[in-house]
Amino acid sequence: MTGTTLYDKIWEAHLVDVQEDGNCLLYVDRHLVHEVTSPQAFEGLRTAGRAPRAPHKTLAVADHNIPTSDRAGGVAAIADDDSRIQIQTLEANCQEVGIEYLQMDDIRQGIVHVAGPEQGFTLPGLTIVCGDSHTSTHGAFGALAHGIGTSEVEHVLATQTLIQSKAKNFRINVVGDAPDYVTAKDIALAIIGEIGTAGGTGCVLEYAGPAIEALSVEGRMTLCNMSIEAGARAGLVAPDEKTFAYLKGRAMAPQGADWDKAVAYWQTLKSDDDAVFDKEITIDAANLPPLVTWGTSPQDVVSITGQVPDPSEISDEGRRRATQRALDYMGLEAGTPMQQVQIDRVFIGSCTNSRIEDLRAAAKVAKGHKVADSVSAMIVPGSGLVKQQAEEEGLDKVFIEAGFDWREPGCSMCLAMNADKLAPGERCASTSNRNFEGRQGRDGRTHLVSPAMAAAAAIRGHFVDIREFEGEAS
Amino acid sequence: MEKFETLSGIAAPLDMINVDTDMIIPKQFLKTIKRSGLGQNLFDEMRFTPEGEEIAEFVLNQDAYRSAEILVAGDNFGCGSSREHAPWALLDFGIRCIIAPSFADIFYNNCFKNGILPIVLPQEDVDRLMDDAKRGANAVIAIDLPNQKITGPDGSEISFEVDAFRKQCLLEGLDDIGLTLKKAPSIDSYEAGLQDQPWR
Repeated sequence: MTGTTLYDKIWEAHLVDVQEDGNCLLYVDRHLVHEVTSPQAFEGLRTAGRAPRAPHKTLAVADHNIPTSDRAGGVAAIADDDSRIQIQTLEANCQEVGIEYLQMDDIRQGIVHVAGPEQGFTLPGLTIVCGDSHTSTHGAFGALAHGIGTSEVEHVLATQTLIQSKAKNFRINVVGDAPDYVTAKDIALAIIGEIGTAGGTGCVLEYAGPAIEALSVEGRMTLCNMSIEAGARAGLVAPDEKTFAYLKGRAMAPQGADWDKAVAYWQTLKSDDDAVFDKEITIDAANLPPLVTWGTSPQDVVSITGQVPDPSEISDEGRRRATQRALDYMGLEAGTPMQQVQIDRVFIGSCTNSRIEDLRAAAKVAKGHKVADSVSAMIVPGSGLVKQQAEEEGLDKVFIEAGFDWREPGCSMCLAMNADKLAPGERCASTSNRNFEGRQGRDGRTHLVSPAMAAAAAIRGHFVDIREFEGEAS
Repeated sequence: MEKFETLSGIAAPLDMINVDTDMIIPKQFLKTIKRSGLGQNLFDEMRFTPEGEEIAEFVLNQDAYRSAEILVAGDNFGCGSSREHAPWALLDFGIRCIIAPSFADIFYNNCFKNGILPIVLPQEDVDRLMDDAKRGANAVIAIDLPNQKITGPDGSEISFEVDAFRKQCLLEGLDDIGLTLKKAPSIDSYEAGLQDQPWR
């Protein structure tokens, strides 16, 4: 008998029921809830007279709409009526059914995919869902984690299960020694550039190989976060000693004898040597350059030393038209070297890159420099705890002295649901995950990069090769 | 959920790959706490200028397609976020069926929860239907879910695949939660077995 994959093992361990047609009922261990995709689910439960089955397996936090500027007036002071009502509705819904809710003024508040792992709510081998596509982030711990729609949020609240059919196994081997300037973000962009935004459709990705083992847990979260940008349902990294060290002592992680028992189980969570994958590719991290996107799809990736592509050189008609549309939207000329592209804004934050390691990388670049006069740059920590730690390390001072705007935690300009957004035509170097048309504000232009590349672009006013930037005296 | 059995309606061509959920329903419309009324904001930034004027070139602003019930689109339709506001907006506008060579997983799933039928077809079949759809108000396409068959304006037929369980749920307008709650004893016994893993 052939071996099984990590995904197979977690899947098997969560089967409640298997229908003859192959659809399965999968048990959900943890449910994260935020304000945007949950109100209709709670309303649906009320209308049907149903109660949540396991409110203690659910954790809620408002992040999408939340202001990242002064919060002194509390939720009541949020100027946008719809945003305020959505946040108040989440709080009221959680209170009504007994779900733990991290308030806006709680130090633990933050982006749901930053706050969950920080609390030890995320653990290896669990199934974790949230009404947010970037739930794939939690796969960094070896948990099967994916985004769901609002109807499924309601289904999970009511039944603590999901109706699912099994996805395919797709292993992405990342080999080679990644140079310092090649971050998890660059690896993620390289993978999406290689397989495309639909390359992982119908699959669960398992990231494996020496370059993945070498990543910190934070880096693995960045990588798994962007699995959805490759079209995959989820991304996984097998848990290891780094994973256990990250989790030990976290508030919601098991303690004492339970911890030892859990670790013993978690150590079994890896793909067998003879496991068979439906698809497999290998990427050499040693040869990757720092990457930047030029277009309106996360697969529109180019080396920082590269140029804006020429649509006339693309033979596939759909792809050629999409490229031309992207260049028109982005206001870019074919053949322009990426390092000549001037920027107006910088956003360092989002569930992709707002953890302490990301802020350290950005601060290292920013230290002793000044943000270019033509650029407005903001740093939005992923959670109150990340912000606190950064301040303990003095990173806030580095940023403020360099002219960055140091803000409160939330999703912020990743999707521009709160007041943080691009004006039409503004060009942004962003550490977020999506460069779609209008994503950061109508007619705004987004280029995805790593935190270090974003910070360097803020200082120079245009994209720069971080390999050369770091060589300069500060 | 409204049942889906057969549909005969105008098909609008949206000849683009990677139509993402930010295009389908931009984030400023996600602040609602309701499911209804999103049709007016469907494809907002492609459909309207910042001043709210219609953009004449956009397909759904053309008279022939204002009452379209079917969309024919390119690869990877619905990529991006999990927002169910995307199918809610499509449904509220009147779209009940989307035909494309491929769909993003979460969007595809969300469609079935809302009585929308997403149909995956090989590129050459989508190309043919795209041509049909470009014929304007004459582009009436018939969808027959029970027989898994599409009939084009010229009477030509294309068959399609759909998961049997999802098909049944659409045909009967079934509520997933109600179906799962019938399996409550299985969930109870599964949970009873979790005592060995107290961290779960």
